[in-house]
Amino acid sequence: MSHLLLLVPFAALILANLLPRSARPAATWIAFGVLALQTVAVVLQPLGLTDWSALDPVDATIGLRVSMDNLSILLLLSAGLAGMASLMAAGPGLKTGRERFLFANLVLVALIGINGISMVRDLFSLYVFIEVTAVATFILVAIRHGTDAFEGAWKYVVLSAVASVLMLSSIALYILVEGGVSLAAVTHALASPGPIPWIAAALFLCGLFIKGGLVPFHGWLADAYSAAPAPASIFMAGIVTKASGVFALMRLAQSVFADALPARWIFLVVGAVTLVVGAFLALTQSDMKRMLAYSSVSQIGYIVLALGGSQQLGIVAAALHFFNHAVSKSQLFANAEAIEEQLGTVSMDRMGGLGSRMPVTAGTSAVASLSIAGLPPLAGFWSKLLIVIALWQVGQYTFAAIAVLTSLVTLGYFLSLQRRVFFGTPLPEWASVKEAGGRLLVPALALSLITVAIGLGFPLVLSMLLGGGQ
Amino acid sequence: MTLMTILLVLLVLAGLWASMTTLLLRATIALALASAMLAVVMYTLGATIAAVLELSVCAGLISVVFVSVISLTQRKPFKDYVVRRASRLTRFWPLPLVLVAAGVALSFVHSPVQVALPVPGAEGDVRVVLWNLRQLDLFGQILILLAGVIGVLVLFKRESKDDN
Repeated sequence: MSHLLLLVPFAALILANLLPRSARPAATWIAFGVLALQTVAVVLQPLGLTDWSALDPVDATIGLRVSMDNLSILLLLSAGLAGMASLMAAGPGLKTGRERFLFANLVLVALIGINGISMVRDLFSLYVFIEVTAVATFILVAIRHGTDAFEGAWKYVVLSAVASVLMLSSIALYILVEGGVSLAAVTHALASPGPIPWIAAALFLCGLFIKGGLVPFHGWLADAYSAAPAPASIFMAGIVTKASGVFALMRLAQSVFADALPARWIFLVVGAVTLVVGAFLALTQSDMKRMLAYSSVSQIGYIVLALGGSQQLGIVAAALHFFNHAVSKSQLFANAEAIEEQLGTVSMDRMGGLGSRMPVTAGTSAVASLSIAGLPPLAGFWSKLLIVIALWQVGQYTFAAIAVLTSLVTLGYFLSLQRRVFFGTPLPEWASVKEAGGRLLVPALALSLITVAIGLGFPLVLSMLLGGGQ
Repeated sequence: MTLMTILLVLLVLAGLWASMTTLLLRATIALALASAMLAVVMYTLGATIAAVLELSVCAGLISVVFVSVISLTQRKPFKDYVVRRASRLTRFWPLPLVLVAAGVALSFVHSPVQVALPVPGAEGDVRVVLWNLRQLDLFGQILILLAGVIGVLVLFKRESKDDN
């Protein structure tokens, strides 16, 4: 069953390219349909309507070696939601039909990459699908041309190439000492004596830290997010960088580093540094998209910090925060696009008082901001609470305190964003500004609703995740 | 062993030239040379198919792509070139020293791993590996090529009026 997650988007990609030129606008809807199908299939799965739990570890239907668990399902769901939001925003966000057509193509390619990442059990296959996602994303950043776009894409390409070298070196070392790179083989290699398996692990982790934009490798992320056109930044911030960097870390923490203390310490230190540095960098920004990008860096820090907590709860907390952040950050970038569409700028120094002119954008952005800052009863509160509990369980009180205190900084920069953009008296030059169109409001409203619903129905969500957790 | 040492030194020198030269064309030639050296090293180690791929794809095909792109660009005046060369040499002069220092340092490290390379057999056959064992990765590779094609369309194809 799960190979369909690779083959259906691939078939849709071929179908979109077979369309005659006049029918090309349908490509966006084909991609949207694939994402909607994926989301529905994933949502219905816990109800037993589509049974993926019966899968063998190796799906031998056509020889693709893949397997699924709850972690995969959360990634697939996040990808579906962020992808749909970005395709909705492609209407107003991309000016020409050609750009929208190519955007739909690239989203499908990236989706296959992300779906692949969610289900592989092999370091080399993981690398291949990370590259599939990355190559599609370089082009997404540069899709509208222009110096900023090329600069953002170029930085991303160069740092990604460094990450690839590190990951491939690690894979080569594992083949040398273990003869294989399946996650089981890597776990076995790490249990044997000698420094080589750990050097290889450090190389692979560094590669993933670059891909995920963790400090000190966060330099490319803000440039890429702010240079990309809005639909691309919704997709990237929502899912791409998380899938290619952070999800892979989660998978390794779950399968390979389950009992490895050194890895846990790496996650704790890198996570803590990333979340603190990201939060303070976000505090100093006056460009809305850059602030959101640094906020992403900080939240990715939380996810990685959680991996240093207790084994099962740490992974569940990381996965939940991963999902919550994917939903809220896609939505905040959709809000930023709504504002940019109306004002022509995302500089917060030139905004103010937009709340009365754009009430839906203001309301939904407040929900997402407060959720990421960790205010109850929204979804973000629960995932941050779980992160703190997971750290407390293994006696990491200092890191738990850092997580709680940085939440205050998060609240600080999001309140500053709300005040500078939506509160106060509207500037005279924005007198004619009105609410954005439906294609930006619908995703914002839907994603806000998900944030509130998960917050209110959290016990149910947690029992489903823990119940089926592997 | 001597042949290997010469090959490896040449490989490093070619890589050094590729990174330090100011002219793109020379960098391409240097890269192709480095690739060719690597192919010979691979052949000497018994990895014949890898050597053939390295030679044909990296030294051959990629160089052709690079040279054709360079031929589309305009050359800068000689005066600019001299200035750039000077600034590049000032920036990159430590690179050879770092390489020599790293080489000397590594020569003191005795190989800590005793590895038995896999015996050539059914699983070592590149055809079996590609088509039977790593189908999923081959699928991924096809997708990367496809993404590359879309990338060329995005970056190089000019928009016509009826695209809007």
